[in-house]
Amino acid sequence: MSGSSDVLLSLSGVWKKFGGLTVTSDVSFDVPRGARMALIGPNGAGKTTIFNLISGFYEPTAGKIELEGRSILDYPSRKRIGLGIARSFQNIRLMPHLSVVENVMLGQQVHANSVLDMLKPLSLFGRSRWRAEAEALLEEMGLDTYPGEVVATLPYGVRKKIEVVRALAARPKLLLLDEPAAGLNGAETQSLTEFLKGISRSGVTLLVVEHDMGLVRELCDTAVVLNFGKKIYEGSTAHVQEDPLVLEAYLGPNHAKAAKSGASHVA
Amino acid sequence: MSGYWTGILTILAINVIMAYAIFLPVATGQLNLGGAGFQALGAYTAAYFSANYGLTVWLTLPLSILVGGAVGIAIALPLLRTKGVYLVLATFALAEVIGGAILNTEALGGAMGLSVPDYVDYPVPMGAAVLVTLFCFYLMATRFGLAMRAAHDDEVVTDLLGVSVRGVRVAAFAIGAALAGLAGALYAHSYSFVESQSFNATLSIYVLLYVLLGGTQTALGPLFGAVFFTLLPEVLRSILPEFKSWIVLAFGAGGNVSPPDESWRFVILGLLTVLMMIFRPEGLITRTLVDRLCSPFTPRRRVLREVAV
Repeated sequence: MSGSSDVLLSLSGVWKKFGGLTVTSDVSFDVPRGARMALIGPNGAGKTTIFNLISGFYEPTAGKIELEGRSILDYPSRKRIGLGIARSFQNIRLMPHLSVVENVMLGQQVHANSVLDMLKPLSLFGRSRWRAEAEALLEEMGLDTYPGEVVATLPYGVRKKIEVVRALAARPKLLLLDEPAAGLNGAETQSLTEFLKGISRSGVTLLVVEHDMGLVRELCDTAVVLNFGKKIYEGSTAHVQEDPLVLEAYLGPNHAKAAKSGASHVA
Repeated sequence: MSGYWTGILTILAINVIMAYAIFLPVATGQLNLGGAGFQALGAYTAAYFSANYGLTVWLTLPLSILVGGAVGIAIALPLLRTKGVYLVLATFALAEVIGGAILNTEALGGAMGLSVPDYVDYPVPMGAAVLVTLFCFYLMATRFGLAMRAAHDDEVVTDLLGVSVRGVRVAAFAIGAALAGLAGALYAHSYSFVESQSFNATLSIYVLLYVLLGGTQTALGPLFGAVFFTLLPEVLRSILPEFKSWIVLAFGAGGNVSPPDESWRFVILGLLTVLMMIFRPEGLITRTLVDRLCSPFTPRRRVLREVAV
């Protein structure tokens, strides 16, 4: 329980450039095992880029990304879920023509890649093991009302949760959540927060990109703040809104001073 | 049964198999407009080996499946690097190349065609069509089928979930090509004669239409599309003369009515096709339609509202 064994994911000196445009510059931070960490910053700060670098959608221009001390950069995006990295997306990206339980079964794919598993029917003659597992997971997450329903017909808030459950079906060590509360109302956000806390208690490490500071403070213990692709803050979520650099990033230099003297309130 | 109906059943069976051959790649999000080319491969494989080596139909059928599948894999590997309209053009061009190559090969009879010795009657193609249908329903119920549909919906996410999108697409394309080979062999033995002009672009287009208009989301779609569009011209053939005399009567013209021109059938067929594309672009049979028909008494709306809290 000491030193680097506590670190699940580690980014060091990560740069990403698209031609002349630098999207992240020299970003380094560690995500401890079991952490609930937020990745925040104004629009265009490079948060989603960091997610895309971790999940293998982009390759960093320079720098290292390690999971449990091993570099993951040699693994193509398809293999990273097998290392234990699963993610959700800013805009829900469930398969609209598949049912809820089929989407979740797709999440299990990484554990069912043999030819035999691919060719065994999932639900032709009774329930397969995979289907039973997917339904059990949905039940555990309180989403078992409509396993056979096609996803496109379901409410937004429910689809957001189902996307998280699909990622969980891969039994990941690290779950990347890209704006899980975007587009949700207050009650839905509250329900999602409890839902994510439950997932965290089951031992999954969370790295969350989120604009809703209420959710960030309630769910996450630590935060990394990015601005223009640079890390400007790393520390507890309780004090993030008092940090002068963070205030400046969100409000601009003049307003930040005013906010600092009065009651501080960001986002 | 009359020769007319056995003829219809034979062509229906071949069309159903062809529809599934094209459905499999389409279900993964890859349009294949080269169906006729793969059918020609199967037909000529069967014709050549039964004419020159005396193989029976029970040997030529599996042989044609193998040839179709092998060429399918060989072609899919480079071809599936292209996407969208380029893939459509590439598969179309491939069918033209196969047709052209056959036309210019002396051993395959060139423009004269080949006659095929071992005749099979309609039960063989019908039986094959039933087996192929069952096979495709099974395939779509497996994890492979799930991966196919996922690749169709969102290839980026499917990849991130650990599915080899390319592998799934190549496999689906190749299995489809093998089925098209089977359809070709059945064609050769049912008609006792093959010529490369039978496997033309119109055939490729029709088969793709069966699939797109029948619906690409479930294995029911291509079956329905193939049956509907094979039988519709026949139905029109029998009701068109009466239809024409009604119209003539409605306009108050008397006397003898000339028999309707054959081409009117295709005008109506084309019109129906356009109407379906406007009103039902996802095809006639969709996933939600099947769900609703399977459990008509599920109170879906209420379930939705309860959860939306």
